[in-house]
This record gives sequence, structure tokens and C-alpha cells, in this order.
Amino acid sequence: MPMPDSYLHYPVRRYGMDHDRYDWSDLFTRKPIQWPGGARIALSVVTHLQHFPLDMPAKPFKAPGALSMPYPDFRYFTNRDYGNRIGVFRVLRLLAEKGLRTSFAINGIIASRYPAVIRAVVDGGHEVVAHGLDMGKVHHSGLEPEAEDAIIAEALRLLRAASGQKVEGWLSPGRAQGFNTPELLVKNGVTWSLDWANDDLPYEMRTKEGPLLAMPQAYETDDQVVANEYFHSEPDWVQQVKDRFDVLYRESADYGGRVMSLPLHSWVSGMPYRVEYLREVLDYILSHDGVWCAPVGEIAAAARAQV
Amino acid sequence: MTESVNEIRPDLGLYDYLPWPGRPKITWPGGAKIAVWIAPNIEFYEYDPPNNPTRTPWARPNPDVLQYSHRDYGNRAGWQRMMAAMDRAGFRGSVSLNVALCDHHPEIIRACADRGWEFFSHGIYNTRYVYNMTIEQERAIIRDAFDTVRQHTGQELAGWLSPALSNNLWTMDILSEAGIQYTCDMFHDDQPMPVKVKTGRLISMPYSLEMNDVIVYNSQKVTPRHYGEIIKRQFDQLYKEGDESGTVMCIPLHPYLVGQPHRIEAFAEAIDYIAGHEGVWKATGREIAAHYHASGAYDAMIAAMAAHDRGTR
Repeated sequence: MPMPDSYLHYPVRRYGMDHDRYDWSDLFTRKPIQWPGGARIALSVVTHLQHFPLDMPAKPFKAPGALSMPYPDFRYFTNRDYGNRIGVFRVLRLLAEKGLRTSFAINGIIASRYPAVIRAVVDGGHEVVAHGLDMGKVHHSGLEPEAEDAIIAEALRLLRAASGQKVEGWLSPGRAQGFNTPELLVKNGVTWSLDWANDDLPYEMRTKEGPLLAMPQAYETDDQVVANEYFHSEPDWVQQVKDRFDVLYRESADYGGRVMSLPLHSWVSGMPYRVEYLREVLDYILSHDGVWCAPVGEIAAAARAQV
Repeated sequence: MTESVNEIRPDLGLYDYLPWPGRPKITWPGGAKIAVWIAPNIEFYEYDPPNNPTRTPWARPNPDVLQYSHRDYGNRAGWQRMMAAMDRAGFRGSVSLNVALCDHHPEIIRACADRGWEFFSHGIYNTRYVYNMTIEQERAIIRDAFDTVRQHTGQELAGWLSPALSNNLWTMDILSEAGIQYTCDMFHDDQPMPVKVKTGRLISMPYSLEMNDVIVYNSQKVTPRHYGEIIKRQFDQLYKEGDESGTVMCIPLHPYLVGQPHRIEAFAEAIDYIAGHEGVWKATGREIAAHYHASGAYDAMIAAMAAHDRGTR
């Protein structure tokens, strides 16, 4: 069957983007961003706390880290759950030693399954970010708007109730969205999101319900991506994170403040053999002058008036 | 319509065999041993592309915002880092261009054009494949590419890399018929080689999968620093062999990958290393193709292949 002639038509071939979510903008010619206290780097540490249901669906796609063995998958169900029982506390202890306040992106269902984890995160001075309901509830354009709205509302309700925080930040499971997800997020009181991987700085995204601030989240130096998609060793992860920091730090001298994003997973970096590599990364970054580590919500607040 | 169906056959039938020993010697301008060209793939992937039955553009249903935004990173941030590294080492780019990018991001096109970079075509969008197209449909995208690049840059297209490396058996014939001088879709040689087409004098330009950042990082799972080592090793060997006959080294890039902060320095250091050698011709694809013809290499290779064919294969 030949392609229909519509395959050679390009209705949104025009200046700028092929959608209306945001305008094109060049990272290196924007007005420089200034961080509080004249910091050069805003360090954004986001630790994922995830629940992978035993019966998670395979369609239309699985989020990274999904169970992959024949049902019932004891192996990965329990391995991922390790992060919520042990790994997260190793990461929390390290962050406390360093005196860092950071963000934790948490599946809403964890608030009802393991409220003690939410208490530990909040007591540590950290920010709760909604990470969808669970890793089996991926957002995509095949969902009815009412169904997707219900997932978002439930995740936020659980996390707000358990944490006592406003919870205005969002990270979708697998960073997946449907066409309407940004509208539904704003409608439910979300003001910033970590899903899009196209920038090293915050920028404003348009939705029919109002603006949504897109916050940068590193994709390829995410601990889970490096370990389980690239299969690189822990020292290689450390090197890449340091190299990433070095370039952003250097650029901050000429182009204004940068965000250094460090995405972590409790079931990855919280492993016994890995957590000291996380310490090495944090020590390296914090050894530099002008590094401001803050919860993503505070970085968003500092950026909002400038973008 | 039957002519628009890819017949099933055992060989592409696009080039004759010619082993390295005994080939006519290629000489590069100024006695250079090696022509090094860098081919940044400056691409636009669509947010909501139509499906092609042979290949679905995105792994997830549209919109695949993670992969879409990852590609978009190249056009917001990565391209500037890549360009700065190339400026520093004194390399011009030969841009493998999804030509719709002329419409979407003329600022990027301008920055490349201002540096004297060449533009060759990588189709309209990287989310539109030539699979299942009729010959006439494929001719239409070739015309579109010529017209778009001419209109935005004043350049006449010389080279072609099929969008997402999608091809049909007749693609080389219709590229050559339209005036394309070199294709980047074949990886069988370290030197430009004649391609057997119905009309014209099309050549295959060494492009390389193994130096291609998307293959190295994402298929081979190579670390950023090791990519730098791979580039240097490839160069060292081809530079040495360039004493026998001029070689070509290509570094195909994607700014959304190599332009990431954790990757750019290892790449920059590797091309500085190359630029630090004598006898390196920092060329564009168009310049290599032109010299290949002007120096008689094309005709010499044709004759050598005929002679090889008459003797023992």
C-alpha cells in the first residue's frame, strides 16, 4: 500500500515549534537567570520513590524499571520495593549528613502504603513532589480525560494529606504525558513539572488552564538510566555527573545561573554498593563555591519571575 | 505502481567490489593524508507525526513527550555547545538537515550558514520515512529539499542522507537523477566510491555508523569519555593509512546527544586532537565530492573496478 498523499503534507511546518506548548528559545542567548545569593548553580536533587504493582499493565507501554518477568514477578516487585524499605533511608541519612534539603518524587500510592516514608521525607526538611499514582498508571493520550484527571487528583490528594505540604510539583511515571496532561495538572493545582527533557533551565509552558513551569530534569545522567539503560558502572556514572556539573558550572560564569539536576532512585542509588558513589558526587559538587541546593519548588519560585 | 515496490533480492547491486590493495591512489588537496568531515544531524522530530506502517515514529503513543523533548534539547541547548567545540577546533560542519528545520528554526540555519557550513538533506522531518512511498512521492520530497535549502541558504544541495536512514531500492537512482552528488547511506568503504545509478555520477561518501554518536552512545552504550577515545583511535588509523592513499573520516553527530553537558568536553577534546595534526584536510562533503571528481579519482575507480571485474574477483 503506498502512503496517502497526506503523508507529504505538513500542516504545522512553520516558524517555531510544531505545537503551542512553548516558544522556541536558545539557552545561550536568553536573559541570564540569577539565583538567590548570587549562586551559580541551583542543585536540584530529586529522589524517586516508586511502587511497581504486581499486576501493572504492559499496554500501551511500561514505565522504565517496570516488572519484566513472567507473572508473578517476585524478582522486580521486591527489588523495587527495597527502595522504599531500605534504600530511601540510606539516601535520607546521607542528605542529612550533608545538611541538604531536596525533593522526593513519590508515587501517590506510597502515601497510603507506607506513610512512614512520607513522614521521614517531611521530617528531613524535604519537599514532596507528586510522581503520579503508581508506576503502572502511565499517562498517555489513550486515557479518557476523566480517568486521567482522577489519577492525578488521587495522587495529589494522598500526598498532600500525608505530607501536609501543598505539593505543587509533578513528575509523571516514565515522564510520559498525553495531549491533555499539562491542562489536567494545572487544573489540579500543579504549578511546575519535571517531565520535559529539552532544557537546562526552567521555562514557561502554556496550558489552557494557565501557565506551567517546566523544570529541568537530567535524562541521561539519571542514576536509573545510566545503570539500567546504558549499563555503565557506578564510577562511570560519577564521572558523567561530574562532567555535567563542570560544564554547567563553567557556563554559569558567562551565561547566568544554571540548574544542575541530579535524579536519583531509592532502589538504585540507595543500594549498599552505590550510596558511597552518591556521596562522592555530592562532595564534589558541594566543594564548589556558589552552589545553592534547594527543593525544586524553591528553585522554581526563584526562576518564575525571571522566565 | 509495480515499479514502486521493493523487489526482494540478495544484493543491493549499487556498487562493485574493489579491495583496498592495489587501488588507484587518492590524493587530497595540499597533499593531505586524510579528509575529515563532521556531519551534525540537525533534526526536527514531530510532536504528532502520522504513522508509517513500516516504522512507527515514537515508541510511545503520540505525544511521546520524553523522546520528543529529548530531541528538542538539541535545538534549544545542544547545538550551541557542539558549534562552539567545532569553532574552537576549526571545523566547519556539513549539516545533515531535516529541511523543515529551515522553517522552524531559521536562527540555527543562519548560524550555520554564517560559518560557511554546508547543508545536505536528511529528508523533511526525521519522523517521515520513505518507506511505502511511491517513486513520485519520493521525488516530491527530493524537490522539496532542494527548494527549501535553496530558498533559505542559497545553496544547491549536493548530498543526501535519507531520513532516519530509510531507503528504497530505487532511491539512489532518483537522487542522482535530481542532481545529488553524494549519498551518506552506505558504510562499505573508507573512501568515496562510485554508485551504480541509471544517470549521473553519484558517489557514496564515507559517513560511518561506528563514529555516529547516536549509535555509539545509545546502541553500543559507550560512555562519553570513551567516545572521545574511539574518535581518536579511528583517526590515528586512517591517518596512518592515508600515507598509502587518501582516506576519509566522518564524525556524524546529533546535538541533542553530543551537546549534552556531560558529553561535550570529551568530544571537543577529540576533535582538538585531530586538528592538531599536519596533513588533515578539514573538508565538507561537497568539497570532498568535488575534489574526487576533479582529481580523476572517480574515473580511476571506475576503471579499476572494471579491470578487477575482468580479472579474478
